[in-house]
Amino acid sequence: MTTSTAAYSIDERGYYGPFGGAYIPEMLYNNVEELRQNYLEITQTKSFQKEFEQLLKDYVGRPTPLYKAERLSERYQTNIYLKREDLCHTGAHKINNTIGQILVAQRLGKTRIIAETGAGQHGVATATVCALMGLECIVYMGAKDIERQSPNVARMRLLGATVHPVHSGSKTLKDATNEAIRDWINHPQNTHYIIGSVVGPHPYPDMVARFQSVISEEIQKQLLSKTCRNYPDVIIACVGGGSNAAGAFYHYIDNPNVKLICAEAAGKGVNSGESAATSILGTEGIIHGSKTLLMQTKDGQIIEPHSISAGLDYPGIGPMHAHLINSGRAKSIAITDQEALEATQQLAQLEGIIPALESAHALAILEQQQFDKNQVVVINLSGRGDKDLGTLMDNLEMLNA
Amino acid sequence: MNRLDQLFNSKKENILNIYCTAGYPNLEDTTSIIKALENSGVDLVELGMPYSDPLADGPTIQASGTEALANGMSIVTLFEQLKDVRKEVKLPLVLMGYLNPVLQYGVEAFLKQCQQVGVDGLILPDLPLYEYEEAYQELFEQYNIHPIFLVTPLTPVERIHKIDSLSKGFVYAVSTASTTGKQSGFGQEQLTYFQRLKDLKLNNPILVGFGVADHQTYSTVCDYVNGAVVGSAFIRALKGSGNLEKTVEDFVTMLKATTLLEHR
Ligand SMILES: Cc1ncc(COP(=O)(O)O)c(C=O)c1O
Repeated sequence: MTTSTAAYSIDERGYYGPFGGAYIPEMLYNNVEELRQNYLEITQTKSFQKEFEQLLKDYVGRPTPLYKAERLSERYQTNIYLKREDLCHTGAHKINNTIGQILVAQRLGKTRIIAETGAGQHGVATATVCALMGLECIVYMGAKDIERQSPNVARMRLLGATVHPVHSGSKTLKDATNEAIRDWINHPQNTHYIIGSVVGPHPYPDMVARFQSVISEEIQKQLLSKTCRNYPDVIIACVGGGSNAAGAFYHYIDNPNVKLICAEAAGKGVNSGESAATSILGTEGIIHGSKTLLMQTKDGQIIEPHSISAGLDYPGIGPMHAHLINSGRAKSIAITDQEALEATQQLAQLEGIIPALESAHALAILEQQQFDKNQVVVINLSGRGDKDLGTLMDNLEMLNA
Repeated sequence: MNRLDQLFNSKKENILNIYCTAGYPNLEDTTSIIKALENSGVDLVELGMPYSDPLADGPTIQASGTEALANGMSIVTLFEQLKDVRKEVKLPLVLMGYLNPVLQYGVEAFLKQCQQVGVDGLILPDLPLYEYEEAYQELFEQYNIHPIFLVTPLTPVERIHKIDSLSKGFVYAVSTASTTGKQSGFGQEQLTYFQRLKDLKLNNPILVGFGVADHQTYSTVCDYVNGAVVGSAFIRALKGSGNLEKTVEDFVTMLKATTLLEHR
């Protein structure tokens, strides 16, 4: 966890260029301020780092492999490495962040943990660390998502968490986030809110990015031993809120030799009216306490997005990504539901790995972009696809033959 | 002079501020409700601009906002509805809403419209103090729109003074660290907090909101500070009302606990 000082890093007030900040009502001020004043100091202590690293190793299973996908490389005539976050405990990168935040919460003396979840991956990762530490856990989840993602609801309950259905607004992730924030307002002293991505008011985007930065820290070491160079030519990651991308990009942001590509969810097509391609369809505004790009009406009401992958079904992106994309440092490419489904099947059959539908958006970039024979391309495989079997069975005829 | 200053110059106690959501229960009810509130003896009205993601609001006000949006309410429509309100209404009007819709409308254009239709103050709970000072304070002053900021029981004293120095008209004191409509009745902790606020001798008058729902809570608050804001309870009263004027009058009478006869 190092600090960078260049053009793309966060400033003292929590801005990445024009994006970020803390746009919160006074009722949240104390909670957020307590975290802001303490997060760097806590995470930089020796005892914190020791415990964090130990848990990542023994409990999460890190380092995750960097795997050269030979058949996929052959197919696209380039050198493709997959960063295997799908092999983390609970099946996705989300747990890197929840481990970090639960250790912060403990050191702040919090006894009650709340979280929001869409697909349930972050909810499961939060319920898991709460079970590990013996802390009360309440997960807010849209009523609609509870119906769509019932296996993850069962997993959270099995882990001892209370899953709280959210019936307000559109009954999905953004409303679950609102409700978690309201819970935090109503419990201003004993509760820590574990946000699941690099979104929300400062210091969340920076704190979550730091916890996820272990991904690129490992990529550096692994590439050095495999290619004799510690950086790739290209890194590709999917972006919902942006946490797995933030982690995969983190140590390369100031290295101009590394091209950064964000795969966004186009849903049924960028202009179909059913999309989640935030950086393309979004305009500057405020969502969940942060100034960033978001999908909204001309009146400034937030629009409900659509993606086949619940983890990318969010109307905003983190302020770091808004800045990376707006300034031209990162490039954003939109991938449709259909393209993600095809990429899922392809990886399953070429490499024997079933990716999460979110991660499949990153894989689908290979169809859109040409890479050279000697280039090194790292794709962050943020999660595994077990959770998506229901959706896959509804959408892939071959599974029901 | 700003109508908020006029009000607080002439009246220092038992100020009653009623919150209602613009465009609720029906799109066209906004101005009739304001008029009915004035006729019933309310001192000022806080009009909520409905938002898709109202973080600080409890279930009652959220639901009224969702309905108002479904009814077609927007900032453009609201200013249209308020165009002639000053022909009939004298009491101060304050708009309350979230920063994002105002940003999309354009902050300066918004303040200008406020001045044109006769709005006196603006509450944007998610507008950070530093951003107000650096980007918007001059505009608020230019268009004579008073910024009203919130304090809570957990706001440190120095910060309360800072908020007081930036606010104009009044300071909005949230009764408990909670979303709207959560509380029923005030305990010792809140009373101590009200007393603490009173003892701070702020430059601005103080109105307490969140959890003021009946005569008891209204008069308790008025024992300590200049007055109260009532929101969720009023929205609940409006819900399903067959006769808005009567509902408003009965509600205000209930709060003030004067008999109907006395009131007339
Ligand atoms: C496997 C996986 N990848 C990606 C995401 C998207 O989140 P983020 O953009 O924060 O990495 C999710 C969210 O649930 C996920 O489960």
